[in-house]
Amino acid sequence: MTFAMIRRGLVYILLSLAAFVSIFPFYWMVVGATNTSAEIIKGKSSLGDALWLNATAFFTQVDAVRIFWNSGVIAVVATVLTLAVSSLAGYGFEMFRSRIRERLFGFLLLLLSIPFAAMMVPLFVMFSQAKLVNTFTAVILPTVASIFIIFYFRQATKAFPRELRDAAKIDGLKEWQIFLYVYLPVMRSTYAAATIIVFMANWNNYLWPLVVLQTAENKTITLILSGLTAAYTPDYGMILFGTVLATLPTLFIFFLLQRRFVEGMLGAVK
Amino acid sequence: MAQARLDRKEQITGWVFIAPALVLLGLFMIYPIVWSLWMSFQVGKGMNLSFGGFANILRLTKDAVFLRALGNTFTFFIFQVPIMIVLALLFAVALNDSTLKFRGFFRTAIFLPCATSLIAYSTVFKSMFAIDGVVNQTLMELHLISAPISWLGDPFWAKVLIIMAITWRWTGYNMIFYLAALQNIDRSIYEAARIDGVPAWARFRYLTIPMLKPVILFTTVISTIGTLQLFDEVYNFSAGTGGPSDSTLTLSLYIYNLTFKFMPSFGYSATVSWVIVVLVGILSFLQFMVARDRRTS
Repeated sequence: MTFAMIRRGLVYILLSLAAFVSIFPFYWMVVGATNTSAEIIKGKSSLGDALWLNATAFFTQVDAVRIFWNSGVIAVVATVLTLAVSSLAGYGFEMFRSRIRERLFGFLLLLLSIPFAAMMVPLFVMFSQAKLVNTFTAVILPTVASIFIIFYFRQATKAFPRELRDAAKIDGLKEWQIFLYVYLPVMRSTYAAATIIVFMANWNNYLWPLVVLQTAENKTITLILSGLTAAYTPDYGMILFGTVLATLPTLFIFFLLQRRFVEGMLGAVK
Repeated sequence: MAQARLDRKEQITGWVFIAPALVLLGLFMIYPIVWSLWMSFQVGKGMNLSFGGFANILRLTKDAVFLRALGNTFTFFIFQVPIMIVLALLFAVALNDSTLKFRGFFRTAIFLPCATSLIAYSTVFKSMFAIDGVVNQTLMELHLISAPISWLGDPFWAKVLIIMAITWRWTGYNMIFYLAALQNIDRSIYEAARIDGVPAWARFRYLTIPMLKPVILFTTVISTIGTLQLFDEVYNFSAGTGGPSDSTLTLSLYIYNLTFKFMPSFGYSATVSWVIVVLVGILSFLQFMVARDRRTS
């Protein structure tokens, strides 16, 4: 009994330590936004009074409305398109099985292991030939058909009751109506989980936007923050203020959809 | 698969549902991949490329910077992926215990780092690990170190910092996969083993691990791919240089530099990118083999 209690105690210590390490950088980020750069790199970890200073510095250096608008438009459009295209494909692969499509699906899974770096150069040349460099279209288009999300939707569709589809067919619904009015509402949790994954991936996407977005007024907040950090003596107070702003949307979505996310993941792994 | 064969109409419907994805994948993935494979055999600067056969592969073997980047990438992979997978597994098993208090809090806390962008968290880490920063101060107060560590300036510690940072960001992400899989395991198997007097570590080793094997394999492969492509963090930590003295230069960062920073040599950078593809292929294959071996023994 005592052994079990010691083990239990160790588990709590381990988890508390992990939780502390996980949360501390968030605390640091918020506190940092209220301190001056000099205080931050000297390790001051209590609230300061430089919030106004940091905010002013940030808003004078960064055209914040414009930059956040860019990030928002890219992330929202990319998420909507990705969910539409990938869930259609996941549904199609699972509901209408045929030998050719099974092979094709296996081939797509193989492609999943090819890193983005291997496509980056040709993609860049393609978009420069199409004169689309420095446009949101160029940022969004290559991300829309995501093999990972197609795979995710296909896995989740395995749990979708086929009887629902059969019943809807008997009621005379067309295939697209079944998808829209039966499948979509039933799979809410899956869509919620996918929304978190895809929105975050696009909001935070770095390498490809870095390559295609070239003028300051078209850049995303992620690119701008990285640029500020790369300065010879970065103004950490101002940057951490910007980092808090940039993290708020993803944190918001995270907490809004967290429960559904775990449900959705459960469905996918089953 | 007890289902009726699809009729002609359903065959066509199947293609219609996957058509948009296929068109996009063909255009923005398969076509660029084939093109880049072709490019990797081309030599020259800018768009003036000519067929060079194996010239680029030969150049790889003599390119000290490439070998450095390859070594660094491999170091990150060897240390980071096992540490993270073990931690994630440990947390998942601990959190799977339904009698544990504050489960929801612990789960959310450990998963929270996934909500940050790679750039945001690497900036936060950079400020925390400054020479007089909060981490060095704490370590000195705890008498774990006697002099501040130059996390960003020392080639060894810069690598350690990158490994710690990536582990912080991704452990919770992997943990969620294990938690989900654990919840699908039939509880009665554990009960039976417990009643038979099987100790906890043996239940973990001979019940949990084998049952989680498919998920562990999946996350290991995904993490391998991610680590071999490592770019955002090292770019941000080192302001794009891969420094100090190339100690954090990764293959992806080298490809970026070859393509967009130096005199662009598209052919050679495509060759380097195929090195990553080959590495991912070999490592995934090995991981599948290891997983299979354990099953038969």
